[in-house]
Amino acid sequence: MQRFSAFSVFRRGLSDHQGWRPQWRRAAPKASYDAVIVGGGGHGLGAAFYLAKEHGLTNIAVVEKGWIGGGNTGRNTTIIRSNYLFDESAALYDHSVKLWEDLSQVLNYNVMFSPRGVMMLAHNVHDVQVFKRHVHANRCNGVDNEWLTPEQAKEFCPPLNIGQDIRYPIMGAALQRRGGTARHDAVAWGYARAADALGVDIIENCEVTGFLKDAHGAIEGLQTSRGVIRTKKVGVSAAGNTSAVLGLAGVALPLESYPLQALVSEPVKPAFPCVVMSNTIHAYISQSDKGELVIGAGTDAYTSYTQRGGLHINTHTLDAICELFPMFRRMQMLRNWGGIVDVTPDRSPIIAKTPVPGLYVNCGWGTGGFKATPGSANVFAWTIARDEPHPINAPFNIERFRDGFLIDEAAAAAVAH
Amino acid sequence: MLLIQCPYCGERPESEFAYGGEAHIARPLRPAELDDQQWATFLYMRRNTKGVHAERWRHARGCNRFFNALRDTTTDKFLAFYKAGEQPPALNPIPGATR
Repeated sequence: MQRFSAFSVFRRGLSDHQGWRPQWRRAAPKASYDAVIVGGGGHGLGAAFYLAKEHGLTNIAVVEKGWIGGGNTGRNTTIIRSNYLFDESAALYDHSVKLWEDLSQVLNYNVMFSPRGVMMLAHNVHDVQVFKRHVHANRCNGVDNEWLTPEQAKEFCPPLNIGQDIRYPIMGAALQRRGGTARHDAVAWGYARAADALGVDIIENCEVTGFLKDAHGAIEGLQTSRGVIRTKKVGVSAAGNTSAVLGLAGVALPLESYPLQALVSEPVKPAFPCVVMSNTIHAYISQSDKGELVIGAGTDAYTSYTQRGGLHINTHTLDAICELFPMFRRMQMLRNWGGIVDVTPDRSPIIAKTPVPGLYVNCGWGTGGFKATPGSANVFAWTIARDEPHPINAPFNIERFRDGFLIDEAAAAAVAH
Repeated sequence: MLLIQCPYCGERPESEFAYGGEAHIARPLRPAELDDQQWATFLYMRRNTKGVHAERWRHARGCNRFFNALRDTTTDKFLAFYKAGEQPPALNPIPGATR
């Protein structure tokens, strides 16, 4: 691996930047591996990286039906935070935030993690009560979160309109200063490059078409569009297509796949200092380092696999953005797109063993998976390597739906999040 | 935005409708006799079909009645609309769609 540093950039510059090599090999599938990850997004590539780095499994592969980072990793609004209500969620998401903090150093790849603060707006008495409860619960769990008055919120984010003449005036806000954003593509590329350097094969354009099982029903291999791959361990990290992939193995999970859209504006000079979210009026916004406003909203109403949604969802979001930030009213929007997110009944993920021996699944991240990429990948790798969950992901099992131990962030947030 | 054919009111924009999830999930007649797994299956398990999906819609900003539809979730094209309580109409095989 060519290490990146200011010196290496300078040195390559002297030779007109001609000496750079591809950041990972274009691998072809081998006949067999110790483990195979299905899905080359951030979660899957990260799991491969941690399997190799922390568990010594280097004879492994990531198979991806398209190109890496082309699914929800490349389609999200890059918000990172850990201010979730329940203890289990706080542990999982904060594990992730802690890994984000030095991820660029660990991967030797600038993922541009920017803890610029995530501010969540309260617009009614219910919001105020719920967010204050979140603030207290988070503090008990060692997760930073603080309550702001409308004036303090405006001080933190000057473009914010705290006037009383809007449809849903702001009554306060919860601020997590350690939250922020990161560069989504760099997360996939950084994990891919670091995993490749440890010997992991990253195999693109390789779609799983079936599972091979032995006489006892345990995983023996994968059928793919590029041939049979023998392996005893398969970790599925396929986001919106998890139901389809696991269906091939005869495993059904409580998931529904919905389109989630996002959009960006034309790039402008730095104008927006933080991330602002409003669950109540369905909008969140930040400004990328490239200068675009990155805007997202809730899912479309219906299940779908099309990776697109209705324009009325975006216009509804922009109504809210324009009311909250009047200075953006004349901004032009450049692009909008959709991704397919797999949603569980309690809006918490599943990172667990499945009923099929040797088959593991990391799914159900719904609308909020990007923030969890490093933490999720880290505990998923543990689960695959040791055939048992890490204490952090143990509660995020499949049986919780049968046994009634939901981690009901859906009820806690009252919206998709 | 989808165009949806309410069986009672005709074709209207999606913004008049509320999505009702997967169709043809009957509430158990004797819930007390179900074990935990059966109850969880009724509550939470959905086909999440990639292909032709039978689903409920409600004309929330119209006649407010529930009805069913068949939609291909890989294209979002509607294939049929039918009233609640009716069985889904038989479809000619659709190229590329799986049930």
